[in-house]
Amino acid sequence: MYEFDFVKPASLAEASAALETEDALPLGGGQTLIPAMKQRLAAPTVLVSLNAISELRGICVSEDGALCIGGGTTHAQVAAEAGAHYPALAELAARIGDPAVRNRGTLGGSLANNDPAACYPAAALASMARIRTNGREIAADDFFLGMFLTALEERELIVEVRFEPPNSANYQKFLQPASRFALVGVFVARYNDHVRVSVTGASESGVFRWREAEATLSTDFVPDALTGLDLSAEGMISDMHGPAEYRAHLVKVLTGRAVAQAA
Amino acid sequence: MADISLQVNGKAVVAEAEGRTLLVELLREKLGLTGTHVGCDTSQCGACVVHIDGQAAKACAVLAHDVEGCEVTTIEGVAAADGTLAPIQQAFHEHHGLQCGFCTPGMIMSASALLAENPKPSEAEVREYLEGNICRCTGYQNIVKAVLAASSKTAGRAA
Repeated sequence: MYEFDFVKPASLAEASAALETEDALPLGGGQTLIPAMKQRLAAPTVLVSLNAISELRGICVSEDGALCIGGGTTHAQVAAEAGAHYPALAELAARIGDPAVRNRGTLGGSLANNDPAACYPAAALASMARIRTNGREIAADDFFLGMFLTALEERELIVEVRFEPPNSANYQKFLQPASRFALVGVFVARYNDHVRVSVTGASESGVFRWREAEATLSTDFVPDALTGLDLSAEGMISDMHGPAEYRAHLVKVLTGRAVAQAA
Repeated sequence: MADISLQVNGKAVVAEAEGRTLLVELLREKLGLTGTHVGCDTSQCGACVVHIDGQAAKACAVLAHDVEGCEVTTIEGVAAADGTLAPIQQAFHEHHGLQCGFCTPGMIMSASALLAENPKPSEAEVREYLEGNICRCTGYQNIVKAVLAASSKTAGRAA
């Protein structure tokens, strides 16, 4: 890892100021960024730790029923505290990485990194999350732009994420046996008048909504409704862990399982 | 280089370190606490697990300066001051929960974090909690046995 200046501001305003330096980067839990820096895939001049900013941490329910989670909230906190209001989200958080990783890794860090196999982007996209930054609010539909790409500008930080808890939901994660990341993960969220299905781990473009399945399931929320659908393998990730056709097939299987659990 | 102040195993410590110094490097190289091992250095294997303010964390994926002011417990801080083993350590000894011993510090630190938050885990819960700790010798059977045995005893200081 190349040397850098480490700073740990106590407020969002100070963090924003510290990020003005050229090639400064924010540090959340560091469970992705620190390994990336060791590999010299990232080499900031200044690393701005967000871990002393209390306004970034915590979980609450807003007046309009949204579940608001601070960007610096760890996976372990979400797993422990979000269950009463949004059980499927708490269950997803409880299966990210391992316990030691969950004690450090944060919601905001995961969304900002937008790893194509991360779990949280699927939940955010399926549950119509609004991502509030230190400058604006971005709808999840406009946030994820591709593999490791988001709508975040330089120096923009995720302050809070507001999830719309559905009537029922389920996340199915098919583990890549070595890394325990999602080889494919499918999040199904059922609302009063529509269903959202989002898929992680499968596409070369990162997390995406499977709109054909959404349309079918909005009419008839049963696994059999998927029978006639065929998801193309084009644009799916193909690697030593599974070819594109296999991933496309898994998407359909896991969607069915998620529907069966959420029905 | 800047100074870092923190508590390690109950003692106040001040050390000088670069920004890029990892917590595990601070512990091993600056403080001489070599019980915390570096296995994979990619946050997969769990040999470097320590407690930061009571929570298990992989010390190879945490920057030393980010734990300024925190309370860190390493494997050296688990036994009593007179050397009496903590119940979880005694259980690993009695149930042969190790062979080469390289993963053991991380296993003990993860297991004690589990027992602190869930004093009576099921076998499935023990296996799930130790997902981030890799052992290449034992096949995990005796490790799981040891954690379950420790859980059935009166909770000790670190277990």
